Amino acid sequence: MAEATPVLLTTADGRPLKEALAAAQSRARRRAFLLVLPLLLFVLLTFLIPIGYMLKRSVEHDGFSASALATVAWFETNPNFDPANPPEEAFAALVEDLARMQSEKNTGMAGTRINYSVPGSISLFKAGARAAKDLKPPYKEALLALDPEWGKPVLWLGMQSASGKYTTEFYKVAADRKLTDEGWARGDDKQRIYLYLFFKTFLVSGIITFICLLLAFPVAHLLAVLPMAKSSLLMIFVLLPFWTSLLVRTTSWIALLQEQGIVNDLLVGLGLLTEDGRLTMMYNMVGTIVAMTHVLLPFMILPLYSVMRVIPPSYARAARSLGATSWTTFRRVYLPQTLPGIAAGSLLVFILAVGYYITPALVGGADGQLISNLISFHMNKSNWSLAAAIAGMLLTAILLLYWVYDQLIGIDRLKLG
Amino acid sequence: MNAETRNDTFVVFDHVQKSYDGVSLVVKDLNLSIAKGEFLTMLGPSGSGKTTCLMMLAGFETATHGEISLDGRPINQVPPHKRGIGMVFQNYALFPHMTVGENLAFPLEVRGMGKDERETKIKRALDMVQMGAFANRRPAQLSGGQQQRIALARALVFDPKLVLMDEPLGALDKQLREHMQFEIKHLHESLGITVVYVTHDQGEALTMSDRIAVFNDGKIQQLAPPADLYERPDNSFVAGFIGENNKLPGVIEELNGDKALVRLTTGELIDATAVNAREKGLKTVVSIRPERVEFKPEMMPPGAHMIDAEVTEVIYMGDILRAVLKVAGSDGFVMKMRNTLGQTKLVPGQKIKVGWHPQDARALDP
Repeated sequence: MAEATPVLLTTADGRPLKEALAAAQSRARRRAFLLVLPLLLFVLLTFLIPIGYMLKRSVEHDGFSASALATVAWFETNPNFDPANPPEEAFAALVEDLARMQSEKNTGMAGTRINYSVPGSISLFKAGARAAKDLKPPYKEALLALDPEWGKPVLWLGMQSASGKYTTEFYKVAADRKLTDEGWARGDDKQRIYLYLFFKTFLVSGIITFICLLLAFPVAHLLAVLPMAKSSLLMIFVLLPFWTSLLVRTTSWIALLQEQGIVNDLLVGLGLLTEDGRLTMMYNMVGTIVAMTHVLLPFMILPLYSVMRVIPPSYARAARSLGATSWTTFRRVYLPQTLPGIAAGSLLVFILAVGYYITPALVGGADGQLISNLISFHMNKSNWSLAAAIAGMLLTAILLLYWVYDQLIGIDRLKLG
Repeated sequence: MNAETRNDTFVVFDHVQKSYDGVSLVVKDLNLSIAKGEFLTMLGPSGSGKTTCLMMLAGFETATHGEISLDGRPINQVPPHKRGIGMVFQNYALFPHMTVGENLAFPLEVRGMGKDERETKIKRALDMVQMGAFANRRPAQLSGGQQQRIALARALVFDPKLVLMDEPLGALDKQLREHMQFEIKHLHESLGITVVYVTHDQGEALTMSDRIAVFNDGKIQQLAPPADLYERPDNSFVAGFIGENNKLPGVIEELNGDKALVRLTTGELIDATAVNAREKGLKTVVSIRPERVEFKPEMMPPGAHMIDAEVTEVIYMGDILRAVLKVAGSDGFVMKMRNTLGQTKLVPGQKIKVGWHPQDARALDP
C-alpha cells in the first residue's frame, strides 16, 4: 500500500476540515460538559476538597506559631541552640509570649499544640501564662522557680518543632516516633501502637478478604450456573444484607456470638461445651472477623458473579473432552478465567475492610480495634492533625496497593459488577 | 466410501432415551450405528434432539435410558475425560488465557506426555490446519476462521478415534464456511477418523456427509446418504426440511406396486411413487422437487399425466429461472428452469401444462 500523502482537506466553502469539525462538535461538547457539571461539582465539593483539607490538616497546625511570636522569632535566629540550657533571651521571649497569650486568651491553643509531643504542657502553659505578667528578670530563674518543668530539653525541642506553621510532627507520631530530650526517637515498646495497629489492620483485612473469597467463590459459581429463576432468588439472599441496617446486622451477631448467646447456648445444650467453657467469640478479634466477613461478603460475591456469568460452559466441557479431570479443569481452565473477578473482589473487600469503623467499634472489644477506630479516637479527642496524619498514611498505603494491583493485573481488567 | 460396505460399527446408540424434566422425552428411542471412519451428520431444526445426542455421546449428558457404546465398550458410566473423544464447539471454546500452543499442549499435558513428544505433535497438528506460524498468538488475536482451525487442531492433536463437531462453522461467513467444509472433509478422509457432525444447515450436511440422520421431535426421521435423502425422502418432514419442495395434497386413486395414481383435491389426476402412503383411498401429500418439474411435453415419458398451470411470476436468478405457478388451486408451486441459451421465455399470465416423471413425485404421509 502506498503511503497516504497528508493533504490539508477543506470543506466545500474552503474552510479547513479540522476547524469545521471542531466547530460542528463544540456545541455538543458544551452540552455534554454542562450535563456532567453538577456531578463534577459534587465530587469536587464532597470528595476532593475534604480529602485535600484533611491532608493539609495533617501537616499544618498554627496553635503555637500564631501566638508565641517572640519565641518563634528567637528560634528562627538561633536554630542550633542547646535545648539542655536555653539562654536568658529565650526565656524572656517566652515570658513575653505567655503574658500576651494570657491577655489574648489563647494559652489553651498553644498548650494543646505543645502537648501533642510533650504531654503535660497544657497545664504548664496555663500556670505560666497566669503568672507571666508578675515575673521579673532574670526570666530564666523566675520561670524555673515557678516550675522546673520549663527547663526540660524536650519542652524546648517541642516548642521549636511547633514554631512553624507546617510540620511533619504528626506523621512522626503516627509512625511511633516520640520526642525525647535527645530529639525524635523510637518510642517505648509499650507505646508503639500505631504501626502495630497498621500491621494488625492489614493482617485482619487480609484474613477477612481470604475468608470472603473462600465463601463467595462457590456461591458466585452457583449463582452463575443456576437457571435464571433460581439464581434470582438466591441473589435476593445475597443482597439481603444490603437492605438491612449495618447496625442491626452487627447487633444480631452480638446476640448470636456473645457468651450467653445463641451459639454458646446451643453448644452447651448439645453437651459439646461445659457451662464454664463457653467460648468468647464476641468483643475480641474473632467477633470483628466474623461480623466483618458477613458484612463484606456481597462485595466479593458480586464481582465474582459478574465474571463467572460470562464464562461459557463450553470451556469446561472442552477441557473435559480433551482429557482433563474435573480438578484439572477447575485449576487450569476455570480458575484463571475468574482471576479478574477474584482480584476485583479482593481489592474491594480489602480496601473496605482496612477503613472499616463501626463493626470493630461495636463487636471488637479492646482487642478487636483497627486503625480507623484509632483515627476516630483522635478525632474525638480533637487531635485532628494526628487523625489526619494516620488517615493520610492509610490513604498512601491503599494507593500503593492499587498501584501494585495495576502493575500485576491491570486496572482495565477490573470488573466490579 | 459407502456405509453399507462397512460393518465394523464403532458407535452404537441402543434404545437411548433422554428426558430433562421427567415429563417429556427430548430423545425418543434412538437406535443408531456409526461405522468406523464414517462421517455422520445429525441434521435437524433446533430442539430436535440432535445436540442432546451429541452431548450424551461426549459424556456431558447422561442417557435416561438405553446404552451407548464406543468401540464395543459401553460408555454410559465413563466420565467425559476418559472417553478419548475429540470435540469441536460452535464458539470454538479456545481457552482465552492460553496461547494457541498452550491450548494444543493442554490435552497432551493432561495425558502426561513428555515435552519433546508434545512439541512434535503440536507442530504436526498446526501444520495440518496451515496454522504453523501462530503457536504464540492468543486466541483473541485470531480471526474466526483461524480460531476454528485451531479448535480443529486441538480436537485432533491427541489422535482421537472419534471427533464430535457441534455446529463448528455456524459463526463463519458463507465463503469461509464453504472453504472449511472442504478442509474438514479432507482431514476426515486423510486421517481416517470417525466424525459425528451436528448442524442445522442442510447444505453443509449434504456436501460433507457419508450419511445424514435427519432429526425431528426426538426421533431420526431418515438415515441415508445425501443423494438418497434429497431424491428419495421417506416422509413429508424430510422432504420439506431438505431442499425446496412442492406439495400437492390428494387421495390415492390407484396403486400398482410402487406406482400410484393420485387424485388431487381439485380433481386432477397425477402420477406418483408410493412411499409411506401405500393404500388405496388413503390421504397423501405428493412431493415434487422444483427442478424436476417439466413444462415441455417432449421431455415427458409417454403416457404421463400433465396438469394445467398458470404462470404468476418469473424470477431471474442468474443461473436459473424460477417460475411461480398456480397449480391445482394453490399459488406457491415452484418450477426451476436452467438458464440455457434457447430456454423458452415464460411470461406472467401464460397458461402452460406441467408434469414430471413418476419417480420424482413421491406420495408421502399427509
